[in-house]
Amino acid sequence: MTPTSAVQDRPTRGLAATIKSRFQQFLAFGSLIVIVVFFAFASPNFLTFSNITGVLFSTVVIGTLAVGTTFVIITAGIDLSIGTGMALCAVMSGVFLVNWHMPLLLGVLAAILFGGLIGLINGFNVAILKIPPFIATLAMMLVAQGLALVVSGSAPIYFTDVPGYLEISTGNLIPGVNFPNAVVVLAVVAVVAAVVLNKTVLGRYTYSIGSNEEATALSGINTKKWLIIIYTLAGLFIGLAGVMISARLGSAQPATGMGYELQAIAAVVIGGTSLFGGKGTIVGTVIGALIMSVLNNGLQIVSVPQEWQNVILGGVILAAVYADNIRRKEG
Amino acid sequence: MDRPLLLKIEGVSKSFPGVKALSDMHLELRPGEVLALVGENGAGKSTLMKVLSGIYSVDEGAFSLNGEPFEVTSPRQAQELGISIIHQEFNLMPDLTVAQNIFIGREPRRAGGFLSDRELNVKARTLIDRLQLPLDPKQIVGSLTVAKQQMVEIAKALSYEAKVLIMDEPTAALNDAEVATLHDLIRRFIKPDTGVIYISHRMGELKSISDRVTVIRDGQYVDTLDTAATSMKEVISLMVGRRLASDLGPEGVRDDREVLLAVEGLSTKPLLKDVSFELKVGEILGFAGLMGAGRTEVARAIVGADKISAGTITLRGVPIVINDPSDAARHRIGYLSEDRKRFGLLLNQDVNANIILSSLRELFSRFGFVRDKQARARSRELVGSLRIKTPSVAQIAKNLSGGNQQKVVVAKWLVKDCDILIFDEPTRGIDVGAKEEIYGLLNDLASHGKSIIMISSELPEVLRMSHRIAVMSEGRLTAVLTADEATQESVMHYATLRPEQSIADAIELGIAGPHESVQTTRKAREK
Repeated sequence: MTPTSAVQDRPTRGLAATIKSRFQQFLAFGSLIVIVVFFAFASPNFLTFSNITGVLFSTVVIGTLAVGTTFVIITAGIDLSIGTGMALCAVMSGVFLVNWHMPLLLGVLAAILFGGLIGLINGFNVAILKIPPFIATLAMMLVAQGLALVVSGSAPIYFTDVPGYLEISTGNLIPGVNFPNAVVVLAVVAVVAAVVLNKTVLGRYTYSIGSNEEATALSGINTKKWLIIIYTLAGLFIGLAGVMISARLGSAQPATGMGYELQAIAAVVIGGTSLFGGKGTIVGTVIGALIMSVLNNGLQIVSVPQEWQNVILGGVILAAVYADNIRRKEG
Repeated sequence: MDRPLLLKIEGVSKSFPGVKALSDMHLELRPGEVLALVGENGAGKSTLMKVLSGIYSVDEGAFSLNGEPFEVTSPRQAQELGISIIHQEFNLMPDLTVAQNIFIGREPRRAGGFLSDRELNVKARTLIDRLQLPLDPKQIVGSLTVAKQQMVEIAKALSYEAKVLIMDEPTAALNDAEVATLHDLIRRFIKPDTGVIYISHRMGELKSISDRVTVIRDGQYVDTLDTAATSMKEVISLMVGRRLASDLGPEGVRDDREVLLAVEGLSTKPLLKDVSFELKVGEILGFAGLMGAGRTEVARAIVGADKISAGTITLRGVPIVINDPSDAARHRIGYLSEDRKRFGLLLNQDVNANIILSSLRELFSRFGFVRDKQARARSRELVGSLRIKTPSVAQIAKNLSGGNQQKVVVAKWLVKDCDILIFDEPTRGIDVGAKEEIYGLLNDLASHGKSIIMISSELPEVLRMSHRIAVMSEGRLTAVLTADEATQESVMHYATLRPEQSIADAIELGIAGPHESVQTTRKAREK
């Protein structure tokens, strides 16, 4: 390209350029392939239809949380309340459907909106009260955990008498084919999230705020309002994850949830989203979540003890972020 | 020359993806001289500095120091060779003391690995005395003025027994008195075996401090001239490759313009006291004053970036309330910060994202979805009309040179089509050629009916551009001068007016009275 044609966009970006600009995602995707191939050779039981659907199925909850929290992390924030928030939403789903006998659709919607409320409060605390996201959501993590126990009386709520609830997760859209609905839900959620992040004003502001919040504010954008919207949006995913996990288990378990937030954040980071903000994609996050569940599943199949699985996962996170650092230095 | 050159650079090239930053560059620093290095933004000055300090490795080229060839591999090693660089952005720890900063990593230790603060302060005191700097080793660096922080940087550099001192835009944030102090310091540093490379955009300074001037352009060496025998116009024309008109004044000055914005009694808790002024349609209102006078604070208060404690703002005769910058944007008031990296740009986003940021929702979206085609087309238009040098609108903003980054910020507000634009130091850190373009742009905007507030620390710039000049001192507005009344002297007078002097006194003593009488009055009052 000559300097005089400076105003033109690159007409067609070569494959090499695309790979370079999306290095982390390609790396993550490549790693996923390598891991899958490895386990396929290591065990004949890995690459079977039932195992693959099993892996996808086990990705749903972490995947949903990770997709939602990708938005927050791109704003250079963090959300630690998604794990216990999810447990609280599951409990609320039980309250709405089991205790209050709300119609299925309405109860599910209410549970998802309750997640939005958690996000709204997080957003308010971060944007208006100026509490650092780590602290604001750490507090919310504790609040949600406590409330889940208080509301449920520390006992699981069973959905046995709610017809259709379990189908949300374990039912099959296509009769006869054992492909759980939960996977479809995750796929839809990921596509919607990707469209919102890439094609909407909300998505652009998410990146802008993460790149430089003050400059964005001085450009006349009400960053406080948008931050609240972004946290609320992420909260809706918490609510959905609460529905998905309770539909899968057939019960709302109030004491669970802790630890999911870190797994979701790990998935986001493996997928190439920067904790410093301004950078990240939904595709990357989904791949990150898949890598985590493939690793878990594969290591189980090849009989690696549970304790070692976490050690390996930790190593993967370090390797993923280190690879990204190298790319930045060269870029 | 019988003596070998202090520093010699030959045939240095350095490429980045898509950009050739340096191409066959050479540079010769004689012992005992101050060599000015000038060039437009993007000419390669910063790259050259980074190459010399070991931050970048070169593709090809040779270096020698006192005739000895050398290679720079790291900033630390450059320092050990005797090459010290004072960057525009300081590398200081604001919460540590002056002494701790100077000797960071080299603190004197006692047995057992404990630090000796007393010894550290004594060492720092000795160094500061030797350099005759007005510093106290125990002061916290963050509490010092920019000028003094720079002295700390210099002290730190010289504590390594530097032979070659390279200064990148050392005076960008200094006032005239501070510049004079800095120049004294440089002259004291220059010995038969030391040398300084002095990078600056301020042409006037080069005359007073440098022996020779090396001009570079587009990553290439252009020429080296004896400063004494060269006019600054020649230097500038070498830099930009064309001649520049000078001695220009403001354009389109009229006194029958309608008032657009009226600010009444604006005050903020930390600084501003009762600031009142009017901005008229199609006018360029200059804001002059010394560092810390409160000019930026006025701008930030108007756009709602800082909280105001009192005051009213009236737009077209209607009082308006502005609580944050998004309110200001709704009233079509835009603010371009002096610190474009911190407050102006999304450095990690592309040029397009930066240009359309402020108008995204209003102009380039439908039902919340972004209309990328239209947005990119508009960005490309502005890249063309403002002549922003970038390979494409998909280029990441941080890869652009300072002047082009500034133009991107300007483009952002042009897309928004604001009625009132507040430019805070629009030409800071920009080379002369790009400055002219910005001036042309401001005049153009005003002639199209935009009202412009231009805050600037460069008096010639304020005088050249402003239809009227508001002068501030210590949080107060001390005068609003018309283009006819405004001279360097009158502006400086009002800019140095102490708050305890009433404005009425000032007018009495001010322009009419001899300059000295004001000074003596002030001294008398201080006692």
